[in-house]
Amino acid sequence: MTTQTAPTTGGEAGTDHAAVARLKHRRVTRWTHWINFPLLMIMIWSGLRIYWADVRDPFGFGVGLIGWHWFDFFPDVINERLGLERRLARGMAFHFTFGWLFTINGIAYVLYTWRSGEWRHLLPDRHSPGDSITVVLHDLFIRRKPLPPQGRYNGAQRLTYTLIVVMGGLAVLTGLAIYKPTQANLLTTLFGGYETARTIHFTITIGFLVFFVLHLLQVARAGWPNFTSMVTGYERIKAPADAGQSRTGTPEAAGR
Amino acid sequence: MPEPLPASKRSDADEGRAARYAALETAAPTLDESALRRQTRRSVLTGGAASLVALLGWRWLQTGPDDNNIPVTLRRGHEFNEALWRRLSGRTAPTFDRSRSSMLRVNGRHGIGDEIDLVAWELTVLGPDGSEWGRHVLADITALPKVELTVEHKCVEGWSHVVTWGGARFSDFAALYADRLGSESTDYVALVTPDRGYYVGLDMASMLNPQSLLAYELEGEPLTQDHGAPLRLATPNKYGIKCIKRIGTIQFTNDRPTDYWYERGYDWYAQL
Repeated sequence: MTTQTAPTTGGEAGTDHAAVARLKHRRVTRWTHWINFPLLMIMIWSGLRIYWADVRDPFGFGVGLIGWHWFDFFPDVINERLGLERRLARGMAFHFTFGWLFTINGIAYVLYTWRSGEWRHLLPDRHSPGDSITVVLHDLFIRRKPLPPQGRYNGAQRLTYTLIVVMGGLAVLTGLAIYKPTQANLLTTLFGGYETARTIHFTITIGFLVFFVLHLLQVARAGWPNFTSMVTGYERIKAPADAGQSRTGTPEAAGR
Repeated sequence: MPEPLPASKRSDADEGRAARYAALETAAPTLDESALRRQTRRSVLTGGAASLVALLGWRWLQTGPDDNNIPVTLRRGHEFNEALWRRLSGRTAPTFDRSRSSMLRVNGRHGIGDEIDLVAWELTVLGPDGSEWGRHVLADITALPKVELTVEHKCVEGWSHVVTWGGARFSDFAALYADRLGSESTDYVALVTPDRGYYVGLDMASMLNPQSLLAYELEGEPLTQDHGAPLRLATPNKYGIKCIKRIGTIQFTNDRPTDYWYERGYDWYAQL
């Protein structure tokens, strides 16, 4: 995650100066990505401490939304193990301080992605909805249809990565709506009132957790070079000379 | 980058898309083998150092000094938020139709453990130096203009409840002391139960908000002892922890008063 080295141009295969890797994730993208990870974890962890403080309604998630008690979010045992009980004051303190860092980091990412033109790789295009169905069926081993052409991200990735940014923005806005329901009353009203804004806020949190699990699975499937590109910024486009038939670095792995 | 597909299987439209996507990458910088090695080494070192700093910072935050039961940095965070939101304060909370309100649950008995003789109750008012400014019986408060407010009462625990308060505006009560308050600047108000078991501090601006009531009715009925009879504070612009039950003493003061839940790690301002 350091200064990008000047591009090495030219050089065809066979020479020592042949291009073997291409920039995939720019520096600001990498920094904001990795800073966001612990910040989001802290927000979820401290948010759970707040969520769990209302002991009369410990499993209330979904009740206000669909009118049905859907599931126990966490059994009491896990709750106690995680030390979530009676730490409401700390939960609030962490949440309302780190919330600003989460927000600033998110704004920095969005501004950079917009100004740098990186959004062209990320925002869904008109093919993305159709593509994403093909990709998901392919990844679930349901249908081995040839995959549609893709850029840096396939249709499913474009939709998901855009959605997760929108969810981040919604999490901040619904958070403000329930943090300052009088001072930010317009926002609270916009989200349907205090209780509804709260339900949306917690629903988004569940969404983050689902994304997190899927993201880890998909990154694991995409392979090492894809992962390292989020650290170094560069992704191999040509396997190391001494690796011969190594599977790593193939376009198949790099594509995800 | 595009998935490899045999050219024969690709439609013209797909070819066009693939070319458009590829065009986005033509300007991307590339590295040769040795430059990639350097870049990898530098990235791992920088990332490792950054992770270490973050980890040490996290440990310091968790194990460092506390300020009133939360890490001192987080206390500063609360104070930063207070300074920020004070600039925007002065708004009033939305009110609701009376038909939406219902009886509030009893959520805490701090400072009101034993029942008291409501007839013998008196409210003491103190000045900044602790000297007594006045004493009141409930009739003094009910003689002030009565206000009924149907508002959403919110608890730090997360629940909320639409409820109807009846009482006098604190600003009308403070007007009884306009002369004294005019000659002395008082930034805060401290409210304490008769047994001193529960105590809250509020900033003057929040107390003078037209929705801050010295309440003696809940849902159209006189307060029960559980809800803070004979007189409690009610405001929809602070969390319920600030809405002290059974007020015994009100002090106008220049020093930021301490507060029961503040001492236990909560935000002093507790503004909504």
